[in-house]
Amino acid sequence: MTLHRRFADREDLLGIVMLAPALAYVLLLVGVPFVLAIVLSFSTASAGSLTFGWAGFANYAAILADPIFRRALINTAIVTIGSQVLVIVLATAAAQVFRAAFHGKRTARFVLLLPWAVPVSLAAIAWTWIFDSTFSVINWTLKVAGLLHGWLYWLGEPGLALTAIVIVQAWRIFPFATVILLAGLASLPQDVIEAAIVDGAGFSRRLFHVELPLLLPVVAVAVLFGVVYTATDLGVVYILTGGGPANTTHVLPTLAFQRGIQGADLGQGAAIAVFLLPFLIVVAIAMLRLARRTEMGGM
Amino acid sequence: MKRVALYAAALGFMVFAGFPFYWMLITTFKQNRDLYVGAFDTRHIPWIFNESPTLEHVRLLFRETDFLRWVGNTLIVVAAVVVLTVAVAVPAGYSLARLTGRWGERLGIGIFFTYLIPPTLLFIPLARLVALLGLQNSLGALILIYPTITIPFCTWLVMGFLRSVPWDIEEQAMIDGYSRLAVIVKVVPRLIVPGILTVVVFTFTLVMQEFVYALTFISSVDRMTVSLGVPIALVRGDVYHWGSLMAAALFTSIPLAVIYNLFIDRFIQGFTLGAVKG
Repeated sequence: MTLHRRFADREDLLGIVMLAPALAYVLLLVGVPFVLAIVLSFSTASAGSLTFGWAGFANYAAILADPIFRRALINTAIVTIGSQVLVIVLATAAAQVFRAAFHGKRTARFVLLLPWAVPVSLAAIAWTWIFDSTFSVINWTLKVAGLLHGWLYWLGEPGLALTAIVIVQAWRIFPFATVILLAGLASLPQDVIEAAIVDGAGFSRRLFHVELPLLLPVVAVAVLFGVVYTATDLGVVYILTGGGPANTTHVLPTLAFQRGIQGADLGQGAAIAVFLLPFLIVVAIAMLRLARRTEMGGM
Repeated sequence: MKRVALYAAALGFMVFAGFPFYWMLITTFKQNRDLYVGAFDTRHIPWIFNESPTLEHVRLLFRETDFLRWVGNTLIVVAAVVVLTVAVAVPAGYSLARLTGRWGERLGIGIFFTYLIPPTLLFIPLARLVALLGLQNSLGALILIYPTITIPFCTWLVMGFLRSVPWDIEEQAMIDGYSRLAVIVKVVPRLIVPGILTVVVFTFTLVMQEFVYALTFISSVDRMTVSLGVPIALVRGDVYHWGSLMAAALFTSIPLAVIYNLFIDRFIQGFTLGAVKG
């Protein structure tokens, strides 16, 4: 009884026991596969057989010599950076609008959140229809407005297709960034902003010299999540273009899927996916620094 | 003048954010001869109903496709993943918030970081693992793997939630003679109900939205979830039934949108890493 009693009051033991299942799950099904992803990238593994041999850097040599891969790497950077620049601009503007009080704000907020709530794959199929080469409502509208004289084959030309992908990614992420910025704005020390107004700072001075610098950690969080969501996203490109036309719009996840899963070349697929790591490491380091700063700043 | 600019800007954002949903809505109820007029015909206005609306596409979706089956599959996976996630993440979150002290905080951040490891990095080794376990092409694969996303995030959510719950009630119970374990079993569940609700909602939205793992593990049409079946299996060959496709996208989006509006603030607390006060 005393022993039982003792266990029931030992916080450290209880803590470990309650944490153990979560730790085990994460270690076995995230940690191990993570290591395996890197091991596989150095192997000759294919989906057909269970044994695999050591390939050294052969997979990496093969993909680095492959123009489709190099294109995918560049596309991933273009789509990620392009969409996140758009997201910052849109979200900063939207946050300024939505912090104000106006009629119909609840409805407006509901609509604003739609792109974040809808499953990526379903949003992507809706945009596929919007960008359709024959029925695109965008083309119709541009033509009626007199802005378009030829025809835009949105998903049929590499440049236009990449533009479409950037638009869809920005559309999908900016509501999330807006909501995070709004939460940040709400938590700004009110006296600082009032002092700025008393000192005669106008809207733009207040925004760029007072609020945005204070908001920087929050903007950073929004951007970092945005980078992860965009760089590692498979659904938008897979459904919108499937990597086409002629493999020109692949990003790393779609190419990894094509080679590793559809093509059954696990080694090469894993090697392609490993190139996502630099994006993630940069994000992780930035987040750690942010977390440390906010901890020390006592926020 | 300032008010006008404000309303104009708000309207602009609504149009950009909401336009694809308006397009789903109008496509869902349009007759085919109103739908399939090339955009080069500038006399036919695609933004409005030029013919009377129809329920034909909705009927086709529910009667002649596997849509309802995918909804059923999705709900099965949701239920199983919710049970697993609550059973694992809630105790872990409590442990990190109340029991493990300083090293728990570090570990909490560590667990959160696994949430940043994306499915597109793990899907190749996991495909192999799922095959080894004989789970390929079954809902079991999704039930096993989805908690790798929900457990880290929900552990973090529960931990953050508990930090905002005052410690007095538990302390009082211990003064009243409860052991630490008895407090956890008898007192804490009541305190933590709102946190659990958030976990359930997050898990539901994740399973509804997830695409990468479903695409990797599931190949039979009758075992697909909604987010996989609609964009992949409703397209037959090269024929897109846009009316039914958009109907499916619309009906799936509505419940998710409502839920997001109700729970947005709680999700945000999970994302901001404490950079924002709740």
